[in-house]
Amino acid sequence: MDLILKVWRQKDSKAKGKIETYQISGISEHSSFLEMMDVLNDKLIEDGKEPVAFDHDCREGICGMCSMYINGQAHGPSRGTTTCQLHMRSFDDGDTIYIEPWRSKSLPVIKDLVVDRSAFDRIQQAGGFISVNTSGNTQDANAIPIPKDDADKAFDAAACIGCAACVATCKNSSAMLFVAAKVSQYSYLPQGEVEAKDRVVNMVEQMDKEGFGNCTNTGACEVECPKGISLEYIARMNREYVKATLVKEK
Amino acid sequence: MMLDSKVPSGPIADKWTKHKNTINVVGPANKRNIDIIVVGTGLAGGSASASLAEMGYNVKAFCYQDSPRRAHSIAAQGGINAAKNYQNDGDSIYRLFYDTVKGGDYRAREANVYRLAEVSVNIIDQCVAQGVPFARDYGGLLDNRSFGGVLVSRTFYARGQTGQQLLLGAYSAMNRQIAKGKIKMYNRHEMVELVKVDGKARGIISRNLVTGEIERHSAHAVVIASGGYGNVFFLSTNAMGSNVTASWKIHKNGAFFANPCYTQIHPTCVPRSGEHQSKLTLMSESLRNDGRIWVPKNQEDAELVRQKKLKPTDISEEDRDYYLERRYPAFGNLVPRDVASRAAKERCDAGFGVNSTGEAVYLDFSSAIERYGKEKALILGISNPSSQKIIELGEAVVSQKYGNLFQMYEQIVAENPYQTPMMIYPAVHYTMGGVWVDYNLMTTIPGCYCIGEANFSDHGANRLGASALMQGLADGYFVLPYTIGDYLSHDIRTGPISTDSKEFSKAEERVKETLDKMLNIKGEKTVDYFHKKLGKIMWEYAGMARNKEGLDYAIQEIKNIRKEFWTNVKIPGSQNEMNKELEKAGRVADFLELGELFAKDALERTESAGGHFREESQTPEGEALRNDTDFAFTSAWEYIGEPSDAILHKEHLEFNDIELKQRSYK
Amino acid sequence: MELSSIIRKFIMALSGLFLIIFLITHLVINSLTLASSKDLFNEAAHFMATNPIIYAMQYVLALGFIIHIGMGIKLTIQNKRARSQEYVYNRMSKNTDLSSRSMIVSGGLVIVFLALHLRDYFYQMKFVGLPEGTTDYDLVVNLFTNPYYTAVYVIAFIVLGVHLNHGFKSAFQSMGANHKKYNPLIKIVSTAYSIVIALGFSTIAIFHFINQSSIL
Repeated sequence: MDLILKVWRQKDSKAKGKIETYQISGISEHSSFLEMMDVLNDKLIEDGKEPVAFDHDCREGICGMCSMYINGQAHGPSRGTTTCQLHMRSFDDGDTIYIEPWRSKSLPVIKDLVVDRSAFDRIQQAGGFISVNTSGNTQDANAIPIPKDDADKAFDAAACIGCAACVATCKNSSAMLFVAAKVSQYSYLPQGEVEAKDRVVNMVEQMDKEGFGNCTNTGACEVECPKGISLEYIARMNREYVKATLVKEK
Repeated sequence: MMLDSKVPSGPIADKWTKHKNTINVVGPANKRNIDIIVVGTGLAGGSASASLAEMGYNVKAFCYQDSPRRAHSIAAQGGINAAKNYQNDGDSIYRLFYDTVKGGDYRAREANVYRLAEVSVNIIDQCVAQGVPFARDYGGLLDNRSFGGVLVSRTFYARGQTGQQLLLGAYSAMNRQIAKGKIKMYNRHEMVELVKVDGKARGIISRNLVTGEIERHSAHAVVIASGGYGNVFFLSTNAMGSNVTASWKIHKNGAFFANPCYTQIHPTCVPRSGEHQSKLTLMSESLRNDGRIWVPKNQEDAELVRQKKLKPTDISEEDRDYYLERRYPAFGNLVPRDVASRAAKERCDAGFGVNSTGEAVYLDFSSAIERYGKEKALILGISNPSSQKIIELGEAVVSQKYGNLFQMYEQIVAENPYQTPMMIYPAVHYTMGGVWVDYNLMTTIPGCYCIGEANFSDHGANRLGASALMQGLADGYFVLPYTIGDYLSHDIRTGPISTDSKEFSKAEERVKETLDKMLNIKGEKTVDYFHKKLGKIMWEYAGMARNKEGLDYAIQEIKNIRKEFWTNVKIPGSQNEMNKELEKAGRVADFLELGELFAKDALERTESAGGHFREESQTPEGEALRNDTDFAFTSAWEYIGEPSDAILHKEHLEFNDIELKQRSYK
Repeated sequence: MELSSIIRKFIMALSGLFLIIFLITHLVINSLTLASSKDLFNEAAHFMATNPIIYAMQYVLALGFIIHIGMGIKLTIQNKRARSQEYVYNRMSKNTDLSSRSMIVSGGLVIVFLALHLRDYFYQMKFVGLPEGTTDYDLVVNLFTNPYYTAVYVIAFIVLGVHLNHGFKSAFQSMGANHKKYNPLIKIVSTAYSIVIALGFSTIAIFHFINQSSIL
């Protein structure tokens, strides 16, 4: 395949970036999108230019590291996939492909297509855990049966890989889907119930502090989420949050 | 130097308890004054960081990814073993211990494996308490499945994402400590050198991958949890960034490297499709519970399949060779990984391989679909269901069990695995070898520990499925946090370690020199060029089957590639910025040294054991033939300069609780 | 105290639902003008104007509008700020529908219309007073003699319908009502409601326009 690539280049977080155009040829339709980027980088290095910096690691759709906005869509045109799982057979010979980094004030660009997602870490640090110390003496794993439906719902929420496609695609740069998934995973489980109120309040507070936008229920996040996390969790978090703020004494 | 494994005396079942009861501990007030560096935040590093911080130590954790949650443990699909016996199939700590030692082809240290089996039950309890959403049955209790090489169901799982869920559990525990300030997290930082003061590990030099800054970090102990080195093969199921650098740096500083040649080649991976390939994707071993592996019985059929003139579904039942079922009637498709991989290679080498490359075998679900379909029809009370209805019902059951894996396969290969059998081929997946550690998980450098895949300890020459997650978490949650106290109890009066010492300056200088040297080569070939070249040599001569001639050649060839690398590599950009090529170059430089030691180790071990198959040592049926008289030891290599000049130290393996015998899965 | 993002959404939803109820009442009363007798509507209008509870509700209604509009503007500004740099190429139509993306635009148009509407009726009734010999009914109906006026109103009603189509179901989501079993129902009611409002008001306008024009 022959392609025209329009890639966002930005030297560092302070520099002003711009789109550069590259032509590339001989790409196999069986190769993944990132393998196509490897070919581009090899070519750039050969030509004495600087290769495009992009984040990637596991290349099997689970680490959440890859983060490209491809032709106007987070992780490209395929649904339910990360950038690394996108294959070139999704494109046609001669296509022009725009490649940009996630864009949000809360996910600043570090270089080219690499963004800083530490805001997500800080949100989790605000309450995305169950306060249990390591000990060989927690109660037996089967001591509390958990209804299969609840366990499945908790799992569906926990499937989030923290890639931030939800923020990238949302016209408001809202992180609600991410936060809701984390809050819901724990609130569906009896172990997480104990701290549920503090958790939701603290995590939402941190989310707001990070400067993410407000959710307006457009539903783009659900569509673009590579793990198919449902808007249902956002509604659940809204419910829990309002309940918690009404009930909590402080 | 004599290797002392420090295994406690006494009956095997009491060793760990007795050891915990008698080693020194650090009091709560003193823990506050002790710093520990943990490199790597996967299951081992993440769980260790969290546990150590909970105990009161000050932890500094490092990962090269943008968040600790992204360590490659996250990609583990299948599950985690624990001797809970929830399925009442006669499982016990002893049986898990026995299976693991046997699965490892009797090349693991008994006492470590027993301890692993012992704490396995605590891991599941701990993870459930953390909110890890394991699969459950309709009664709300935990579900189990079975994995290769064992006859019980002891594997706990969370759909096809067990690794991710366990890692997020450890990550959440870390987050709690980061929020409290007990863990200082260094994301996008890579350890590039170890600092020793008076012979003890006292810190590291790291490179900030965003700014390029070279930083000094001190601590009273250093824990390496940086994973395995499968990427020495270039193509593997490891993450692109997985590397040996941290392990290799401590090796060069005096830590012995054990059994580097023990590599696991996983049988169920998506086959290679072409030269552009950057990595291989694993399909969970759990697929072998229901999938049947076969190749065409006739070479002519195989040839036609390769040319795409014949479809696998058109090959009749009697013209298929279910070679695992044929060769190993007792375990069938569930033989251990090394056995399954070798059998696939044997068939493909004999000319029966499918896929255009001839390097693939079929993994077929049609009989499982039919079996489940009939079962389901019975449950639903459908009498005389049509074959179409059976397939429909069966596909729904299979989809529930393996849906995400099937989807993943379809994304990569663009073929529907419900309708046409999957194609699989072995790929490098895990390295059983690693830094040598004693019973306390300390390396041969005082104060430097190594845990998880990075060490060599528990899997011998072959790892059973669902045991890697178990070992990572066992080391991090339940072993290291206790044993490290024994060493640190001597450090309660040491006070903070200064980074202004000459040892730190020298280490920093070494790092800067190497980086400058690399950047100034300004040659003609990219880093990947060398990495691919190395990978091809490794796969060809040190992969699934090895012989003397090939290994001799590999050692020579790797030396040549290394030489070429240091004269002709081209790295754009500079040191003081985010420079992904420079990062890669540093890692590949270390792989180029490790690869040589790897081949040397494989050359010296003239027996076959587990994942290490020497063609010179096999039974008449072509099974791996061990030599317990001469090779019942762990090879621990001491670095003295050139990797292949390393000095061999032997830790003899004693088997008091398990009878040493030739492995059989027939 | 700065309200959290979820509370802001909640307020948006609550005020929106309140306005939704108001619109239905409004539509019911207006539809009385379709009756053959003028009296029915005039009586209803009189009741609305004199009942003390309804009178008090006027202020609540105004407050509802102000909160909804004020909050909407605030949210939009914040959301714009959350993405300091726009994408060079963005295909939002791939994952969202137009009504959900354009709430501030449809809302803004509705405000413009609201101002016009208040001038036409509320201002006339409250401050100017009705011309001699005319009733509330005549005030309502006479406006639709002008074809341009009628067209403006009908377009405004369609925009309002678009706004409501997202607003209605979105309010439920914001307040935490999302349930696999009931979601289809909420969606149907939402669409039906917005169609009824847009079509209902438009019908009334067009009816009076046709009724008074010389076409028939």
